[in-house]
Amino acid sequence: MTFIAKPKVRHPSLPTNALGLTRRDYEGALSTLCAGCGHDSITAAIVEASWGLSLEPQNMVKLSGIGCSSKTTAYFVSGGHGFNSVHGRMPSIAMGANAANRNLTFLGVSGDGDTLSIGLGQFCHAIRRNLNMLYIIENNGVYGLTKGQFSASADLGTRAKKGEINVQPPIDPVLLAITLGATFVARSFSGDKQQLVPLVQAGLKHAGFALIDVLSPCVTFNDHEGSTKSYAYTREHYEPAVHADFVPLEREITAAYGPGETLPVVMHDGSRILLRKLDAAYDPTSRTTAAAQIQERMKHGEYLTGLLYVDADPHKSAFHVVNGTPDAALNSIPYEALSPGSKGLEKVLARYR
Amino acid sequence: MPVNSPAGVNDFTVKIATVNGTGSASANTLLMKSIFRSGIPVMGKNYFPSNIQGLPTWYEIRVTRDGYVARSGRVDIMVAMNAETYARDVREVAPGGYLVYDSTWPRPALLKREDITVLGVPLAKLCNENFNGVRTRILMKNICYAGVLAALLDLDVARIRELLAETYAKKPQLVESNMKAIQLGYDYARASFTCPLPLHAAPLELTAGHVMIDGNTAAALGCIFAGATVAAWYPITPSTSLMDAFKMFADRMRVDRETGRKNFAFIQAEDELAAIGMVIGAMWNGARAFTATSGPGISLMNEFLGLAYYAEVPSVIFDIQRVGPSTGMPTRTQQGDLLLCAYASHGDTRHVCLYPANPEECFYMAVQAFDLAERLQTAVLVVSDLDIGMNDWMCPDLRWDDSYRPDRGKVLGKEEILRLEKLYRYFDKDGDGIGYRSMPGVHPKAAYFTRGSGHSQYGVYTEDPAEYQLVLDRLLKKWDTAKKLVPRAVIDATAGSDLGIVSVGSCDGAIHEAMHVLREHGVGVDYLRVRAFPFSEDVEKFLTGHELLFVVEQNRDAQLRSLLTLETPVDKAKLRSLLHYSGLPISSSFIVEGVLAELAPRRRTLEQGAAARG
Repeated sequence: MTFIAKPKVRHPSLPTNALGLTRRDYEGALSTLCAGCGHDSITAAIVEASWGLSLEPQNMVKLSGIGCSSKTTAYFVSGGHGFNSVHGRMPSIAMGANAANRNLTFLGVSGDGDTLSIGLGQFCHAIRRNLNMLYIIENNGVYGLTKGQFSASADLGTRAKKGEINVQPPIDPVLLAITLGATFVARSFSGDKQQLVPLVQAGLKHAGFALIDVLSPCVTFNDHEGSTKSYAYTREHYEPAVHADFVPLEREITAAYGPGETLPVVMHDGSRILLRKLDAAYDPTSRTTAAAQIQERMKHGEYLTGLLYVDADPHKSAFHVVNGTPDAALNSIPYEALSPGSKGLEKVLARYR
Repeated sequence: MPVNSPAGVNDFTVKIATVNGTGSASANTLLMKSIFRSGIPVMGKNYFPSNIQGLPTWYEIRVTRDGYVARSGRVDIMVAMNAETYARDVREVAPGGYLVYDSTWPRPALLKREDITVLGVPLAKLCNENFNGVRTRILMKNICYAGVLAALLDLDVARIRELLAETYAKKPQLVESNMKAIQLGYDYARASFTCPLPLHAAPLELTAGHVMIDGNTAAALGCIFAGATVAAWYPITPSTSLMDAFKMFADRMRVDRETGRKNFAFIQAEDELAAIGMVIGAMWNGARAFTATSGPGISLMNEFLGLAYYAEVPSVIFDIQRVGPSTGMPTRTQQGDLLLCAYASHGDTRHVCLYPANPEECFYMAVQAFDLAERLQTAVLVVSDLDIGMNDWMCPDLRWDDSYRPDRGKVLGKEEILRLEKLYRYFDKDGDGIGYRSMPGVHPKAAYFTRGSGHSQYGVYTEDPAEYQLVLDRLLKKWDTAKKLVPRAVIDATAGSDLGIVSVGSCDGAIHEAMHVLREHGVGVDYLRVRAFPFSEDVEKFLTGHELLFVVEQNRDAQLRSLLTLETPVDKAKLRSLLHYSGLPISSSFIVEGVLAELAPRRRTLEQGAAARG
């Protein structure tokens, strides 16, 4: 029940981050999702990632649309404002909120129905504006709250719980985002926390639109034999291609990988993503070859995962840079600086005489 | 019975029929401004097609020493430049009026009317002889008729030059070519006809302290002065010019001189759904934001308007109404969105609406809309229309009080948050139905969850009947608070009559004129103009205090009348509708005729009674 608050008991031995906060400080209300839902693992990864980055909870803005996934923004970082908007329209709320105050961290959580059907237009245009936010799709191929209809990400030939076979080809958010010019595109699996947590951290720090499509099985409606979005099927078919480790600015890089194996991507604030290629042939810095390779592997039923494409300099095309807004939040500019005053009005009126 | 007094000096209407995309707009603006600068009150209405080039378009210039701002309903001088519409244009001229046409090609059929004076000017011939290039010749032909009218109406050519010099300050060669065309027409008319006509303009001193401005420009200025920093929109006629004007003013007045940074975000959205989403997101996060649209856009925005109402997020929407239903006639005017705006979205929703009557009110109401939206934490719709938004109106100078500061409503600052035990977002602490909100980024204690799903007064998800209903009932209480805060109706009860006119928005000008004319016919009427929804108490009082009420509005379905019967206890039988919904702005004669027709049987009864007694 979301209205039952988790007891905030702080055990003295709980580890704290740079702000002196524990992981518990990044949690939210109790989840009301089904036991075993992949979405809850993603919530846990977000908690872990935000704690690890020592983000000020009040500076996090959590946005969502409608659906099971969209409920989860209530289940983490209770110290940040949340906005559960209308179905498929979260990107526009995010755009407006970000326009008002660019200095907050925007995290949107959506589902495959919310993003790829009703919200496909807004999703595409948020990418087009390179809106600075992390957009997580909790992708399970079905509509959960309305009891199991196929979504636009359902694969051809996948079988619904009641036996129906899907005959519509899927829309793949990763390929779509890469084609549209997204500057950070990743795919992950809710069951792979090792991969997901650093991806969330890198996405939160990315100075533009970051997409993580997380395969997140629905235990109630899409976890059966014949489904291509079940835990078993996903484990079988997902192929980590690039592992991304996030290295905050303040942390020294420890030589975990030998030279030549890793590719550091320096982010706008100076922090780094260390890309470790697990698939030697894969190049996450080239939009065209990345898209080709993802498609090629898809033909064989394999989902490449990890940070599949990243633009090292997303800043130049970010919304506020293109718009030319000041570094300070628009909502913080004093009224006196915004109004031309009676003298200004007189000048304007002279043109209308 | 003629309802208007005959035309005369400084009291006549010129209508110009042209083809769109031929530069006639500049000629018409030139004429109107030169009259305005001669101190003579003038009205201009543009009836244009939803098209780039080639369809019929008309422009009506009413010279009105009495300062009327509406159409009179008659045409005294027709400039018929469009062969396609000649026949109907000729028919429209009032008896005793004038027809100016291009006599390059003879049109004997035109000369059939005996009761008007036909003035032929070989405009095409004059321009073909004096200008090169097809496009230039077409453009100059239109400037040339302005020259003809200058001679016929006795307009000051020096003033026309002055206006051209201002318009083409950066392209002085255009001043000369335009002046050449003006002079061609002017000289031809002087040589061929008795100039000026009995109907002409004579300088007055009645326009000082006034501007000629359209409502969209005025509303955009209001947004600048209200301190709006986020503007999101999707192009749609006739609202686009509001956003264009905002951008123009912001580029001029909101750019930091040192850094070149813009103190505003201007976002062309992918559709109207996204546009209002951006406005809601921005105002939720503490910036003043707005969008402008028209009927089809409001239809699309319905779901988000319901969210703004129920989640109590301030937002400001300008609806520049055009003709519906559906795509309708995008470039024609109507007041067809009154009900849509008042009750937009599913479930029990009601929205604060402001109804400007002219550009002056667009300016002030734009500012008020932001204050009300933030004070009441809800959507506020400024319901204007194409006639107000896109036509130039003569208005008293807009004024600004430098002591104005935005009313941000109940927003908790950090200090207040620290003193709180916990923020209960939807709790009615003050008894006015308005809760306290907080902004992201201030303090974790004030974080709350905004949702369109069922929530309790403490701001958490609920499906509990009592908790749900408590919030819904508080929203009604807030609605009562709104009644006290919205602009009051404008009431003119000087006639002390038991007859009243009730109206809204852009009908105002025609009603004022109609009241004068009716007085000349011995009919005194009182007048109430609603300026906001919800209706303030004075509306109910006026309705109760009059025996017969004419509800004047510009739609087919009597939407204002519906609103009045839904929201006040007025007796329906007292309300007579006068409905004008052709797409042209309402004229004073329409109202006068409507009122007199309704009163005729009554007056006859009275007269017969008097005769019987006599």
